[in-house]
Amino acid sequence: MTDAGSGSGRGFSIRSGSAPAPAAEENGADGGKETTDFGDELLPDDAQVDVQSEEAAVHTKEVLDRLDRELVGLVPVKQRIREIGDLLLVDRLRRRFGIESTRPTLHMSFTGSPGTGKTTVALRMAELLHRLGYLRKGHLVSVTRDDLVGQYIGHTAPKTKEVLKRAMGGVLFIDEAYYLYRQENERDYGQETIEILLQIMENERENLVVILAGYKDRMDQFFQSNPGMGSRIAHHINFPDYSLDELLQIALLMLEEQRYEFSPDAEKAFRDYLERRMQQPRFANARSVRNALERSRLRQAARIVANPSQKLNKGDLMRIEAEDILQSRVFDADEATKTNSTGDDPAAEPSWET
Amino acid sequence: MKVTQGCFSFLPELTDDEIRLQVQYCIELGWAMAIEFTDDPHPRNPLWEMWDLPMFDIKDASAVVFEMNKCREAYPNHYIKVVGYDPSPHRQTTGLDFIVNRPAEEPGFRLDRTELNDRHIAYTVHAYAVDKPHGERYQANGSKGNGSK
Repeated sequence: MTDAGSGSGRGFSIRSGSAPAPAAEENGADGGKETTDFGDELLPDDAQVDVQSEEAAVHTKEVLDRLDRELVGLVPVKQRIREIGDLLLVDRLRRRFGIESTRPTLHMSFTGSPGTGKTTVALRMAELLHRLGYLRKGHLVSVTRDDLVGQYIGHTAPKTKEVLKRAMGGVLFIDEAYYLYRQENERDYGQETIEILLQIMENERENLVVILAGYKDRMDQFFQSNPGMGSRIAHHINFPDYSLDELLQIALLMLEEQRYEFSPDAEKAFRDYLERRMQQPRFANARSVRNALERSRLRQAARIVANPSQKLNKGDLMRIEAEDILQSRVFDADEATKTNSTGDDPAAEPSWET
Repeated sequence: MKVTQGCFSFLPELTDDEIRLQVQYCIELGWAMAIEFTDDPHPRNPLWEMWDLPMFDIKDASAVVFEMNKCREAYPNHYIKVVGYDPSPHRQTTGLDFIVNRPAEEPGFRLDRTELNDRHIAYTVHAYAVDKPHGERYQANGSKGNGSK
Protein backbone atom coordinates (compact mmCIF):
# COMPACT_ATOMS: atom_id res chain seq x y z
CA MET A 1 0.00 0.00 0.00
CA THR A 2 1.55 3.21 -1.03
CA ASP A 3 0.53 6.74 -0.57
CA ALA A 4 0.96 8.94 -3.52
CA GLY A 5 4.18 10.50 -2.37
CA SER A 6 6.20 7.36 -2.04
CA GLY A 7 6.29 6.83 -5.78
CA SER A 8 4.39 3.65 -6.29
CA GLY A 9 6.56 2.91 -9.25
CA ARG A 10 3.85 2.45 -11.80
CA GLY A 11 3.06 4.46 -14.86
CA PHE A 12 5.77 6.60 -16.26
CA SER A 13 5.13 10.04 -15.03
CA ILE A 14 7.96 12.42 -15.38
CA ARG A 15 7.28 13.88 -12.01
CA SER A 16 5.19 11.60 -9.89
CA GLY A 17 5.13 13.41 -6.59
CA SER A 18 1.94 13.57 -4.61
CA ALA A 19 -0.59 16.10 -5.69
CA PRO A 20 0.74 19.31 -4.22
CA ALA A 21 -1.52 21.64 -2.38
CA PRO A 22 -2.73 24.43 -4.60
CA ALA A 23 -0.01 26.89 -5.38
CA ALA A 24 0.37 29.50 -2.77
CA GLU A 25 0.38 32.44 -5.15
CA GLU A 26 -2.50 34.73 -4.55
CA ASN A 27 -4.28 34.47 -7.79
CA GLY A 28 -7.88 35.24 -7.24
CA ALA A 29 -9.86 34.99 -4.09
CA ASP A 30 -10.47 31.28 -4.30
CA GLY A 31 -6.86 30.48 -5.03
CA GLY A 32 -5.45 28.06 -2.52
CA LYS A 33 -8.59 27.40 -0.57
CA GLU A 34 -8.92 24.08 1.12
CA THR A 35 -12.64 23.91 1.35
CA THR A 36 -15.26 23.71 -1.30
CA ASP A 37 -17.04 26.89 -0.38
CA PHE A 38 -16.64 30.28 -1.91
CA GLY A 39 -17.16 32.36 1.13
CA ASP A 40 -20.70 33.09 2.08
CA GLU A 41 -21.89 35.61 -0.42
CA LEU A 42 -23.62 34.42 -3.54
CA LEU A 43 -23.35 36.49 -6.65
CA PRO A 44 -26.42 38.52 -7.60
CA ASP A 45 -28.46 37.24 -10.52
CA ASP A 46 -27.26 39.92 -12.89
CA ALA A 47 -23.57 39.45 -12.13
CA GLN A 48 -21.27 38.21 -14.83
CA VAL A 49 -18.56 35.61 -14.63
CA ASP A 50 -16.24 34.12 -17.18
CA VAL A 51 -14.59 30.78 -17.45
CA GLN A 52 -11.17 32.23 -18.05
CA SER A 53 -10.84 34.01 -14.74
CA GLU A 54 -12.38 31.12 -12.86
CA GLU A 55 -9.92 28.76 -14.47
CA ALA A 56 -7.08 31.07 -13.54
CA ALA A 57 -8.33 31.18 -9.98
CA VAL A 58 -8.23 27.45 -9.49
CA HIS A 59 -5.14 26.73 -11.63
CA THR A 60 -6.76 23.84 -13.43
CA LYS A 61 -5.33 24.76 -16.78
CA GLU A 62 -1.89 24.22 -15.37
CA VAL A 63 -2.75 20.68 -14.33
CA LEU A 64 -4.30 19.85 -17.67
CA ASP A 65 -1.40 21.33 -19.57
CA ARG A 66 1.02 19.33 -17.49
CA LEU A 67 -1.01 16.25 -18.26
CA ASP A 68 -0.70 17.04 -21.95
CA ARG A 69 2.98 17.74 -21.75
CA GLU A 70 4.10 14.86 -19.62
CA LEU A 71 1.85 12.11 -20.82
CA VAL A 72 2.41 11.00 -24.36
CA GLY A 73 -0.54 9.77 -26.39
CA LEU A 74 -3.64 8.73 -24.44
CA VAL A 75 -5.86 11.01 -26.50
CA PRO A 76 -9.23 9.55 -25.43
CA VAL A 77 -8.18 9.67 -21.79
CA LYS A 78 -7.13 13.29 -21.92
CA GLN A 79 -10.31 14.12 -23.77
CA ARG A 80 -12.45 12.61 -21.03
CA ILE A 81 -10.50 14.28 -18.25
CA ARG A 82 -10.91 17.63 -19.96
CA GLU A 83 -14.63 17.00 -20.15
CA ILE A 84 -14.80 16.21 -16.47
CA GLY A 85 -12.76 19.31 -15.73
CA ASP A 86 -15.12 21.43 -17.80
CA LEU A 87 -18.17 20.02 -16.07
CA LEU A 88 -16.78 20.76 -12.64
CA LEU A 89 -15.73 24.23 -13.68
CA VAL A 90 -19.21 25.06 -14.92
CA ASP A 91 -20.60 23.49 -11.76
CA ARG A 92 -18.44 25.84 -9.75
CA LEU A 93 -19.69 28.85 -11.65
CA ARG A 94 -23.29 27.70 -11.17
CA ARG A 95 -22.79 27.34 -7.46
CA ARG A 96 -21.52 30.89 -7.24
CA PHE A 97 -24.95 32.00 -8.35
CA GLY A 98 -26.53 29.58 -5.95
CA ILE A 99 -27.90 27.29 -8.64
CA GLU A 100 -28.20 23.99 -6.86
CA SER A 101 -27.50 20.75 -8.60
CA THR A 102 -26.55 17.38 -7.27
CA ARG A 103 -22.86 16.75 -7.11
CA PRO A 104 -21.74 14.74 -10.09
CA THR A 105 -20.65 11.19 -9.36
CA LEU A 106 -17.01 10.87 -10.15
CA HIS A 107 -16.16 7.28 -9.39
CA MET A 108 -14.17 5.94 -12.31
CA SER A 109 -12.79 2.81 -13.76
CA PHE A 110 -9.49 2.87 -15.62
CA THR A 111 -8.95 -0.10 -17.85
CA GLY A 112 -5.97 -0.82 -20.01
CA SER A 113 -2.84 -2.89 -20.44
CA PRO A 114 -0.02 -2.68 -17.93
CA GLY A 115 2.14 0.40 -18.14
CA THR A 116 -0.37 2.61 -19.91
CA GLY A 117 -0.29 5.26 -17.21
CA LYS A 118 -3.37 4.48 -15.15
CA THR A 119 -1.77 5.31 -11.83
CA THR A 120 -0.18 8.45 -13.16
CA VAL A 121 -3.45 9.70 -14.55
CA ALA A 122 -5.15 8.90 -11.25
CA LEU A 123 -2.60 11.09 -9.48
CA ARG A 124 -3.31 13.96 -11.84
CA MET A 125 -7.01 13.37 -11.44
CA ALA A 126 -6.74 13.73 -7.68
CA GLU A 127 -4.90 16.99 -8.09
CA LEU A 128 -7.41 18.27 -10.61
CA LEU A 129 -10.41 17.41 -8.46
CA HIS A 130 -8.77 19.06 -5.50
CA ARG A 131 -8.16 22.28 -7.40
CA LEU A 132 -11.70 22.35 -8.63
CA GLY A 133 -12.87 22.12 -5.06
CA TYR A 134 -14.45 18.73 -5.50
CA LEU A 135 -12.10 17.03 -3.06
CA ARG A 136 -10.91 18.66 0.11
CA LYS A 137 -7.42 17.15 0.18
CA GLY A 138 -6.63 15.56 -3.15
CA HIS A 139 -4.24 12.84 -2.00
CA LEU A 140 -4.13 9.45 -3.65
CA VAL A 141 -4.26 6.26 -1.63
CA SER A 142 -3.24 3.38 -3.83
CA VAL A 143 -4.26 -0.09 -2.64
CA THR A 144 -4.68 -3.62 -3.90
CA ARG A 145 -6.77 -6.53 -2.75
CA ASP A 146 -4.39 -7.37 0.10
CA ASP A 147 -4.96 -4.00 1.74
CA LEU A 148 -8.71 -4.34 1.71
CA VAL A 149 -9.60 -7.97 2.18
CA GLY A 150 -9.02 -9.68 5.49
CA GLN A 151 -7.85 -13.19 6.19
CA TYR A 152 -10.43 -14.42 8.64
CA ILE A 153 -14.03 -13.75 9.56
CA GLY A 154 -14.48 -10.29 10.98
CA HIS A 155 -11.17 -9.04 9.71
CA THR A 156 -12.34 -7.60 6.41
CA ALA A 157 -14.75 -4.88 7.46
CA PRO A 158 -12.41 -2.98 9.80
CA LYS A 159 -9.58 -3.36 7.34
CA THR A 160 -11.59 -2.00 4.43
CA LYS A 161 -13.03 0.79 6.52
CA GLU A 162 -9.65 1.87 7.75
CA VAL A 163 -8.38 2.20 4.21
CA LEU A 164 -11.51 4.06 3.17
CA LYS A 165 -11.12 6.47 6.04
CA ARG A 166 -7.54 7.14 5.13
CA ALA A 167 -8.61 7.91 1.59
CA MET A 168 -11.43 10.25 2.54
CA GLY A 169 -10.97 13.73 1.19
CA GLY A 170 -8.97 12.25 -1.66
CA VAL A 171 -8.92 9.47 -4.20
CA LEU A 172 -8.90 5.76 -3.45
CA PHE A 173 -7.13 3.95 -6.26
CA ILE A 174 -7.77 0.22 -6.26
CA ASP A 175 -5.29 -1.48 -8.52
CA GLU A 176 -6.20 -4.81 -10.11
CA ALA A 177 -9.68 -4.32 -8.71
CA TYR A 178 -11.03 -7.47 -10.36
CA TYR A 179 -9.18 -9.55 -7.77
CA LEU A 180 -11.72 -8.36 -5.22
CA TYR A 181 -14.22 -10.75 -6.67
CA ARG A 182 -13.30 -14.41 -6.83
CA GLN A 183 -15.90 -16.25 -8.77
CA GLU A 184 -14.64 -19.67 -7.86
CA ASN A 185 -14.96 -19.13 -4.12
CA GLU A 186 -18.35 -18.13 -2.78
CA ARG A 187 -17.10 -17.53 0.71
CA ASP A 188 -14.30 -15.30 -0.35
CA TYR A 189 -14.06 -12.23 1.87
CA GLY A 190 -13.68 -10.02 -1.20
CA GLN A 191 -17.45 -9.92 -1.51
CA GLU A 192 -17.66 -8.21 1.88
CA THR A 193 -15.21 -5.57 0.73
CA ILE A 194 -17.26 -4.95 -2.38
CA GLU A 195 -20.39 -4.45 -0.31
CA ILE A 196 -18.74 -1.94 2.00
CA LEU A 197 -17.22 -0.17 -0.98
CA LEU A 198 -20.59 0.10 -2.68
CA GLN A 199 -22.19 1.54 0.41
CA ILE A 200 -19.48 4.13 0.96
CA MET A 201 -19.31 5.01 -2.72
CA GLU A 202 -22.98 5.84 -2.57
CA ASN A 203 -23.16 7.61 0.79
CA GLU A 204 -19.85 9.42 0.96
CA ARG A 205 -19.82 10.70 -2.59
CA GLU A 206 -18.71 14.17 -1.61
CA ASN A 207 -15.77 12.94 0.44
CA LEU A 208 -14.31 10.18 -1.63
CA VAL A 209 -13.64 9.33 -5.25
CA VAL A 210 -12.96 5.69 -5.98
CA ILE A 211 -10.98 4.69 -9.05
CA LEU A 212 -10.87 1.02 -9.98
CA ALA A 213 -8.11 -0.03 -12.31
CA GLY A 214 -7.27 -3.21 -14.13
CA TYR A 215 -7.00 -5.02 -17.41
CA LYS A 216 -9.89 -4.40 -19.75
CA ASP A 217 -11.26 -7.90 -20.21
CA ARG A 218 -11.02 -8.87 -16.57
CA MET A 219 -12.58 -5.62 -15.41
CA ASP A 220 -15.45 -6.14 -17.84
CA GLN A 221 -15.96 -9.53 -16.32
CA PHE A 222 -15.79 -8.01 -12.85
CA PHE A 223 -18.50 -5.47 -13.64
CA GLN A 224 -20.62 -8.17 -15.16
CA SER A 225 -20.47 -10.17 -11.96
CA ASN A 226 -21.07 -7.04 -9.85
CA PRO A 227 -23.67 -4.98 -11.67
CA GLY A 228 -24.08 -2.71 -8.67
CA MET A 229 -20.46 -1.69 -8.97
CA GLY A 230 -20.64 -1.04 -12.69
CA SER A 231 -23.70 1.17 -12.38
CA ARG A 232 -22.20 3.28 -9.62
CA ILE A 233 -19.26 4.18 -11.76
CA ALA A 234 -20.00 7.02 -14.09
CA HIS A 235 -16.80 7.09 -16.05
CA HIS A 236 -15.35 4.02 -17.66
CA ILE A 237 -12.12 5.14 -19.27
CA ASN A 238 -10.07 2.84 -21.43
CA PHE A 239 -6.36 3.42 -21.83
CA PRO A 240 -5.20 2.41 -25.30
CA ASP A 241 -1.83 0.77 -25.90
CA TYR A 242 0.96 3.03 -27.08
CA SER A 243 2.17 3.05 -30.63
CA LEU A 244 5.84 2.60 -31.45
CA ASP A 245 6.38 6.32 -31.95
CA GLU A 246 4.71 7.13 -28.66
CA LEU A 247 6.88 4.63 -26.83
CA LEU A 248 9.97 6.17 -28.33
CA GLN A 249 8.81 9.58 -27.27
CA ILE A 250 8.24 8.27 -23.75
CA ALA A 251 11.76 6.85 -23.74
CA LEU A 252 13.20 10.21 -24.74
CA LEU A 253 11.23 11.94 -21.99
CA MET A 254 12.47 9.46 -19.43
CA LEU A 255 16.06 9.87 -20.53
CA GLU A 256 15.78 13.61 -20.38
CA GLU A 257 14.48 13.36 -16.84
CA GLN A 258 17.42 11.21 -15.80
CA ARG A 259 19.89 13.41 -17.68
CA TYR A 260 20.93 10.83 -20.23
CA GLU A 261 20.77 10.97 -23.99
CA PHE A 262 20.80 8.58 -26.94
CA SER A 263 23.42 8.85 -29.61
CA PRO A 264 21.74 8.94 -33.05
CA ASP A 265 22.65 5.28 -33.57
CA ALA A 266 21.32 4.34 -30.19
CA GLU A 267 18.00 5.95 -30.96
CA LYS A 268 17.71 3.82 -34.08
CA ALA A 269 18.74 0.75 -32.13
CA PHE A 270 16.19 1.48 -29.43
CA ARG A 271 13.47 1.82 -32.00
CA ASP A 272 14.51 -1.54 -33.36
CA TYR A 273 14.51 -2.94 -29.84
CA LEU A 274 11.00 -1.69 -29.16
CA GLU A 275 9.71 -3.15 -32.39
CA ARG A 276 10.98 -6.57 -31.37
CA ARG A 277 10.00 -6.24 -27.75
CA MET A 278 6.43 -5.29 -28.58
CA GLN A 279 5.98 -8.62 -30.35
CA GLN A 280 7.02 -10.55 -27.28
CA PRO A 281 4.78 -11.64 -24.45
CA ARG A 282 4.53 -9.63 -21.25
CA PHE A 283 5.16 -6.35 -22.94
CA ALA A 284 4.17 -3.72 -20.41
CA ASN A 285 4.22 -0.55 -22.48
CA ALA A 286 5.91 2.34 -20.69
CA ARG A 287 7.07 0.14 -17.86
CA SER A 288 8.99 -2.07 -20.26
CA VAL A 289 10.51 1.03 -21.78
CA ARG A 290 11.68 2.16 -18.38
CA ASN A 291 13.14 -1.23 -17.57
CA ALA A 292 14.93 -1.34 -20.90
CA LEU A 293 16.43 2.05 -20.21
CA GLU A 294 17.53 0.97 -16.76
CA ARG A 295 19.37 -1.95 -18.25
CA SER A 296 20.97 0.26 -20.89
CA ARG A 297 22.27 2.39 -18.08
CA LEU A 298 23.80 -0.68 -16.48
CA ARG A 299 25.49 -1.64 -19.72
CA GLN A 300 26.71 1.88 -20.29
CA ALA A 301 28.26 1.90 -16.82
CA ALA A 302 29.87 -1.49 -17.43
CA ARG A 303 31.27 -0.29 -20.76
CA ILE A 304 32.80 2.78 -19.15
CA VAL A 305 34.26 0.92 -16.20
CA ALA A 306 35.71 -1.76 -18.49
CA ASN A 307 38.03 0.84 -19.91
CA PRO A 308 39.34 2.61 -16.82
CA SER A 309 42.19 4.54 -18.40
CA GLN A 310 39.97 6.28 -20.92
CA LYS A 311 39.51 10.03 -20.50
CA LEU A 312 35.84 10.94 -20.24
CA ASN A 313 33.97 14.15 -20.69
CA LYS A 314 30.49 15.13 -19.59
CA GLY A 315 28.94 13.98 -22.83
CA ASP A 316 30.47 10.53 -22.53
CA LEU A 317 28.85 10.04 -19.17
CA MET A 318 25.46 11.12 -20.44
CA ARG A 319 25.43 9.30 -23.74
CA ILE A 320 23.97 5.87 -24.27
CA GLU A 321 25.47 4.23 -27.34
CA ALA A 322 23.89 1.77 -29.72
CA GLU A 323 26.00 -1.08 -28.33
CA ASP A 324 24.44 -0.56 -24.89
CA ILE A 325 21.11 -1.41 -26.41
CA LEU A 326 22.10 -4.00 -28.97
CA GLN A 327 23.43 -6.30 -26.24
CA SER A 328 19.86 -6.86 -25.11
CA ARG A 329 18.61 -10.41 -25.13
CA VAL A 330 15.67 -9.33 -27.25
CA PHE A 331 18.00 -9.38 -30.21
CA ASP A 332 19.23 -12.89 -29.34
CA ALA A 333 15.72 -14.11 -28.76
CA ASP A 334 15.02 -13.03 -32.26
CA GLU A 335 17.75 -15.33 -33.49
CA ALA A 336 16.52 -18.05 -31.19
CA THR A 337 13.03 -18.02 -32.64
CA LYS A 338 14.51 -18.68 -36.05
CA THR A 339 16.29 -21.82 -34.92
CA ASN A 340 13.92 -22.91 -32.20
CA SER A 341 10.39 -22.78 -33.50
CA THR A 342 8.81 -22.45 -30.06
CA GLY A 343 11.01 -19.50 -29.24
CA ASP A 344 10.65 -20.56 -25.65
CA ASP A 345 14.06 -21.70 -24.60
CA PRO A 346 13.69 -23.14 -21.10
CA ALA A 347 17.29 -22.32 -20.34
CA ALA A 348 16.76 -18.66 -21.13
CA GLU A 349 15.88 -16.35 -18.32
CA PRO A 350 12.30 -15.14 -18.16
CA SER A 351 11.59 -12.77 -21.00
CA TRP A 352 10.75 -9.80 -18.80
CA GLU A 353 14.46 -9.71 -18.12
CA THR A 354 15.39 -8.92 -21.67
CA MET B 1 -28.15 19.99 33.96
CA LYS B 2 -25.79 20.26 31.03
CA VAL B 3 -22.62 18.29 31.57
CA THR B 4 -19.61 20.44 30.87
CA GLN B 5 -16.53 18.40 30.13
CA GLY B 6 -13.70 18.89 27.68
CA CYS B 7 -13.32 21.83 25.36
CA PHE B 8 -16.08 24.10 24.14
CA SER B 9 -18.56 22.77 26.67
CA PHE B 10 -19.68 26.23 27.73
CA LEU B 11 -20.38 27.18 24.13
CA PRO B 12 -23.53 26.35 22.21
CA GLU B 13 -23.33 22.88 20.63
CA LEU B 14 -21.00 22.81 17.64
CA THR B 15 -22.51 22.11 14.26
CA ASP B 16 -21.15 19.27 12.17
CA ASP B 17 -19.24 21.75 10.04
CA GLU B 18 -17.64 23.33 13.07
CA ILE B 19 -16.72 19.90 14.36
CA ARG B 20 -15.16 19.08 11.02
CA LEU B 21 -13.02 22.20 11.17
CA GLN B 22 -11.87 21.45 14.71
CA VAL B 23 -10.97 17.91 13.73
CA GLN B 24 -9.15 19.11 10.64
CA TYR B 25 -7.11 21.37 12.86
CA CYS B 26 -6.10 18.38 15.00
CA ILE B 27 -5.25 16.27 11.95
CA GLU B 28 -3.05 19.00 10.61
CA LEU B 29 -1.16 19.02 13.89
CA GLY B 30 -0.47 15.34 13.26
CA TRP B 31 -2.77 14.04 15.97
CA ALA B 32 -4.65 10.77 15.89
CA MET B 33 -8.41 11.01 16.26
CA ALA B 34 -10.75 8.77 18.20
CA ILE B 35 -14.44 8.65 19.07
CA GLU B 36 -15.52 7.61 22.57
CA PHE B 37 -18.91 7.22 24.22
CA THR B 38 -20.31 6.58 27.68
CA ASP B 39 -23.43 6.67 29.77
CA ASP B 40 -21.51 7.38 32.94
CA PRO B 41 -20.64 11.05 32.70
CA HIS B 42 -19.00 11.41 36.11
CA PRO B 43 -16.19 13.95 35.78
CA ARG B 44 -13.75 11.48 37.33
CA ASN B 45 -14.58 8.80 34.79
CA PRO B 46 -11.85 9.14 32.22
CA LEU B 47 -12.41 5.72 30.70
CA TRP B 48 -15.06 6.06 28.08
CA GLU B 49 -15.69 3.25 25.67
CA MET B 50 -13.98 3.34 22.30
CA TRP B 51 -16.04 3.56 19.17
CA ASP B 52 -14.09 1.57 16.62
CA LEU B 53 -10.35 2.03 16.54
CA PRO B 54 -8.53 5.32 16.78
CA MET B 55 -7.90 6.79 13.38
CA PHE B 56 -4.28 7.22 12.46
CA ASP B 57 -2.98 8.36 9.09
CA ILE B 58 -6.16 10.07 8.04
CA LYS B 59 -5.84 13.19 5.95
CA ASP B 60 -9.31 14.60 6.04
CA ALA B 61 -11.79 15.21 8.82
CA SER B 62 -14.67 13.74 6.87
CA ALA B 63 -13.61 10.29 8.06
CA VAL B 64 -14.06 11.37 11.67
CA VAL B 65 -17.40 13.03 10.97
CA PHE B 66 -18.46 9.84 9.24
CA GLU B 67 -17.60 7.68 12.26
CA MET B 68 -19.11 10.21 14.64
CA ASN B 69 -22.42 10.02 12.83
CA LYS B 70 -22.27 6.23 12.89
CA CYS B 71 -21.76 6.38 16.63
CA ARG B 72 -24.63 8.85 17.06
CA GLU B 73 -26.85 6.47 15.17
CA ALA B 74 -25.90 3.58 17.39
CA TYR B 75 -25.97 5.52 20.70
CA PRO B 76 -28.29 8.50 20.30
CA ASN B 77 -28.73 8.80 24.06
CA HIS B 78 -25.13 8.56 25.16
CA TYR B 79 -22.43 11.09 25.63
CA ILE B 80 -20.07 10.98 22.68
CA LYS B 81 -16.80 12.80 22.45
CA VAL B 82 -14.19 13.34 19.81
CA VAL B 83 -10.66 12.95 21.08
CA GLY B 84 -7.47 14.23 19.51
CA TYR B 85 -4.40 12.38 20.73
CA ASP B 86 -1.10 14.18 20.49
CA PRO B 87 1.62 11.55 19.96
CA SER B 88 4.58 13.92 20.15
CA PRO B 89 7.28 12.57 22.51
CA HIS B 90 6.89 15.24 25.15
CA ARG B 91 3.17 14.99 25.33
CA GLN B 92 1.71 11.60 24.41
CA THR B 93 -1.68 12.44 25.74
CA THR B 94 -5.04 13.84 24.79
CA GLY B 95 -4.54 17.19 23.13
CA LEU B 96 -8.16 18.10 22.69
CA ASP B 97 -11.48 16.47 23.39
CA PHE B 98 -15.00 17.74 23.19
CA ILE B 99 -18.50 16.38 23.55
CA VAL B 100 -20.40 16.06 20.29
CA ASN B 101 -23.52 14.26 21.49
CA ARG B 102 -25.47 14.24 24.73
CA PRO B 103 -28.72 12.75 25.96
CA ALA B 104 -31.85 14.86 25.63
CA GLU B 105 -32.46 14.69 29.37
CA GLU B 106 -29.55 15.14 31.68
CA PRO B 107 -30.73 14.62 35.25
CA GLY B 108 -27.45 15.85 36.71
CA PHE B 109 -25.66 15.05 39.95
CA ARG B 110 -26.31 15.09 43.64
CA LEU B 111 -23.82 15.66 46.41
CA ASP B 112 -23.48 12.84 48.95
CA ARG B 113 -22.08 13.74 52.34
CA THR B 114 -20.52 11.03 54.43
CA GLU B 115 -19.93 11.67 58.12
CA LEU B 116 -16.44 10.72 59.22
CA ASN B 117 -14.81 10.85 62.61
CA ASP B 118 -14.35 14.17 64.32
CA ARG B 119 -17.21 15.76 62.39
CA HIS B 120 -15.24 15.54 59.15
CA ILE B 121 -17.37 15.21 56.06
CA ALA B 122 -16.43 13.47 52.80
CA TYR B 123 -18.20 14.59 49.67
CA THR B 124 -19.09 12.45 46.68
CA VAL B 125 -20.59 13.53 43.39
CA HIS B 126 -23.23 11.03 42.36
CA ALA B 127 -24.84 11.02 38.92
CA TYR B 128 -28.54 10.24 39.09
CA ALA B 129 -28.25 8.41 35.82
CA VAL B 130 -25.99 5.71 37.21
CA ASP B 131 -28.67 4.49 39.60
CA LYS B 132 -29.92 2.47 36.67
CA PRO B 133 -27.89 -0.37 35.23
CA HIS B 134 -25.52 0.20 32.41
CA GLY B 135 -27.35 0.43 29.11
CA GLU B 136 -30.69 1.55 30.59
CA ARG B 137 -29.65 5.02 31.54
CA TYR B 138 -30.99 8.17 29.90
CA GLN B 139 -34.07 6.57 28.47
CA ALA B 140 -36.55 7.07 31.33
CA ASN B 141 -39.24 9.00 29.48
CA GLY B 142 -38.56 7.32 26.19
CA SER B 143 -37.17 10.50 24.76
CA LYS B 144 -35.16 10.02 21.62
CA GLY B 145 -32.81 12.80 22.31
CA ASN B 146 -29.87 13.85 20.31
CA GLY B 147 -28.67 16.91 22.08
CA SER B 148 -26.47 18.34 19.44
CA LYS B 149 -28.89 18.22 16.57
